Amino acid sequence: MSVGDFIRNSQIWKSIFRHPAPRDRRNRVVVVLTNVFLHLHPVSVRKSGIALSYTWCMGGLTFFLFLVETVTGVLLMFYYRPTLEHAYNDILALRDVTTLGVLREMHRWGAHAMVIAIWLHMYRVFLTGSYKPPREFNWSVGVILLVLTLLLSFTGYLLPWDQLAIWAITVGSNMARATPLVGHEGPFASLLTIGDAPLIHSGSDARFLLLGGRFVSGDTLLRFYVLHCVAIPLVVAMLIAVHFWRVRKDGGISGAL
Amino acid sequence: MHETLPRSFQVGLAGYYLLCAGLNFGFAHFYMNRPKLRLAWAISGFIFALHTIVYLLTAATNPELGPVIPHVIVDTTNRIFDHIWGPILYFVGSCVGFAALLYWRKQLTEPTVAIAFLKITLFISGWSMTNPDFRSIITKADNVPIVMLMFTVGFFTWFGLRRAVINDELIAQNKPVLEKDDEKVLVWPDLVYTELICMIIATAVLVVWSIALEAPLEQPATNAKAPNPSKAPWYFLGLQEMLVYFDPWMAGVVLPTMIIIGLIAIPYIDFNPKGNGYYTFKERPFAVTTFLFGFLVLWVVLIVLGTLLRGPNWNFFAPFEYWDPHKVVPLNNVNLSELFWLGVVGDPTFLREGGSIGSIIIRESPGILLTAIYMLALPPILARTVFRNYFIKMGFLRYFMLITLLQFMASLPIKMVLRWVINLKYIVYIPEYFFNI
Ligand code: HEM
Repeated sequence: MSVGDFIRNSQIWKSIFRHPAPRDRRNRVVVVLTNVFLHLHPVSVRKSGIALSYTWCMGGLTFFLFLVETVTGVLLMFYYRPTLEHAYNDILALRDVTTLGVLREMHRWGAHAMVIAIWLHMYRVFLTGSYKPPREFNWSVGVILLVLTLLLSFTGYLLPWDQLAIWAITVGSNMARATPLVGHEGPFASLLTIGDAPLIHSGSDARFLLLGGRFVSGDTLLRFYVLHCVAIPLVVAMLIAVHFWRVRKDGGISGAL
Repeated sequence: MHETLPRSFQVGLAGYYLLCAGLNFGFAHFYMNRPKLRLAWAISGFIFALHTIVYLLTAATNPELGPVIPHVIVDTTNRIFDHIWGPILYFVGSCVGFAALLYWRKQLTEPTVAIAFLKITLFISGWSMTNPDFRSIITKADNVPIVMLMFTVGFFTWFGLRRAVINDELIAQNKPVLEKDDEKVLVWPDLVYTELICMIIATAVLVVWSIALEAPLEQPATNAKAPNPSKAPWYFLGLQEMLVYFDPWMAGVVLPTMIIIGLIAIPYIDFNPKGNGYYTFKERPFAVTTFLFGFLVLWVVLIVLGTLLRGPNWNFFAPFEYWDPHKVVPLNNVNLSELFWLGVVGDPTFLREGGSIGSIIIRESPGILLTAIYMLALPPILARTVFRNYFIKMGFLRYFMLITLLQFMASLPIKMVLRWVINLKYIVYIPEYFFNI
């Protein structure tokens, strides 16, 4: 008996995988059906639908990069404290002191790559017309995912708390104060008043809500940290589940009929 | 005079050319049974290989010599470019290129043409890297994704259009398209192994990238001193570029919102049932052209512009130009109301700011009128003329959505052209309420 067979016949192995090795048709079906992760997939797919020339693997790559970001991100959270006192120095330590400081590089470059991958995924879905009925809704879910991915990237950009970070966020969030009606320099915001007092001012407008202050400060750092590490990832994870569920319920990956 | 290239950089360039040479010899091998092409690819392979040898030799002996030839050429083009380069040439050039790509897509996506194009790009990139200004921008760690973006978007645009061209020919001959097949395969092993291999490759690339390139970390944050230029993250630089033509409430709030709404609306507007599940151009020319224009020209091209060509004070700099913080670009933009009351009527009395709402409306009446025509009168006119067929097929609501989105999309190029042609700043200028278009 070979070692492989010995392992496969052990009680431990059998308790985890409830079927013989996936070498014949029946067991190749069962392996997908009995495994909660593989069960994201259907059992069989159209050959052209999974061809690299069709999907460019970009949806899958986006998902994989999301997982990479989650893992490296959790590990980075052990080292990083989102306060004015510590933030910059913690990142500096990741570069100069920490043994696995390369995690920061992986997290950062993975984030950039995810943005590119998600654009290319959308590009492919458009070019193959895969948003057409019955997949309209899944396209819309995808657009929300796209927006959230950009927001994830944007909120993360602030965390190193260096010049690059705060000024990029300042430039980006300055837009919010120009929001029509609810930004204090936005069109017609001055029309909203209670008696003589303006309702919308720099301490009550959309930008204040986003930054937790009148300018990018320690409160902003905390706010972006929570959004970046908890709030947005949770929503994204949930929507990815919806997205995958719908790919299957809408009849699997699209293809020529 | 030119700066010397650092020795290590010359070795890097040698490696780059070696890769390119290998690529060319690979192509030459692939075109085994087409002697002429094979010869052409082999010759270009030798040219690349020659660069490798020269750079290795100069790096080993006298680094002063290495970049002389490329430098002379880059400097000369630099001087020519300096005078004609600008946002106008860049953007209009991109539009023309885009139109040409779609019109001659059959010829241009021909693999030999595409390969030749790739090689010219690689060649020019290598030579450009000898220019210190170009190099300092391209090799900024956070700009590396832009280079990736340009190459991947370029590649997949070629790939998608190529498949579309082939499919269109198949359809014309009543043959099944490339994606047509009824064969089913099991997820284990066919899909899971593809996924596994993709994951391994992606991980390998990411690990190498992370070890090779250090993530940027600048000076600690301070509110006291803003860097010049202050840039948003690269994926938002298309939006930041729009700030040249629009106020923040349009460029940063309204237009992004319209982009998101527009993307979500696409499946509900596009009523054409054809082209579902395969690449095609001829079966949905309008949809593909519009989306590609939005994605390639209004998004990617503007991001590249914002990242690589916008320097201090958001001034435009040619690729080989030094980012001089003291560069002065005269700003003499005027508002439509000024053009009208001063230029046409010749009487500035109505131009006064801060009056009653009535006087504001009179002051801005030319712009308000034009905007009203654009937003309100244009849709019904188009519905009766150019878009008549669409209107009948789509029904009112879909048509209304489509036109509104197109109007917002077109507002950017319109504003650009007005700025370049008549130096127009705002069509409607109501600073009293922060309402400037
Ligand atoms: C976190 C982001 C996303 C992930 C992880 C993701 C993942 C995937 C995966 C794995 C597939 C299977 C086919 C393929 O790989 O191409 C898929 C299909 C699809 N995706 Fe996404 N996607 C994301 C974002 C988007 C976006 C931004 C859009 C469009 C705006 C979109 C629209 C679609 C549609 C319509 C399908 C069905 C395509 C077909 O049946 O051919 N997704 N997605």
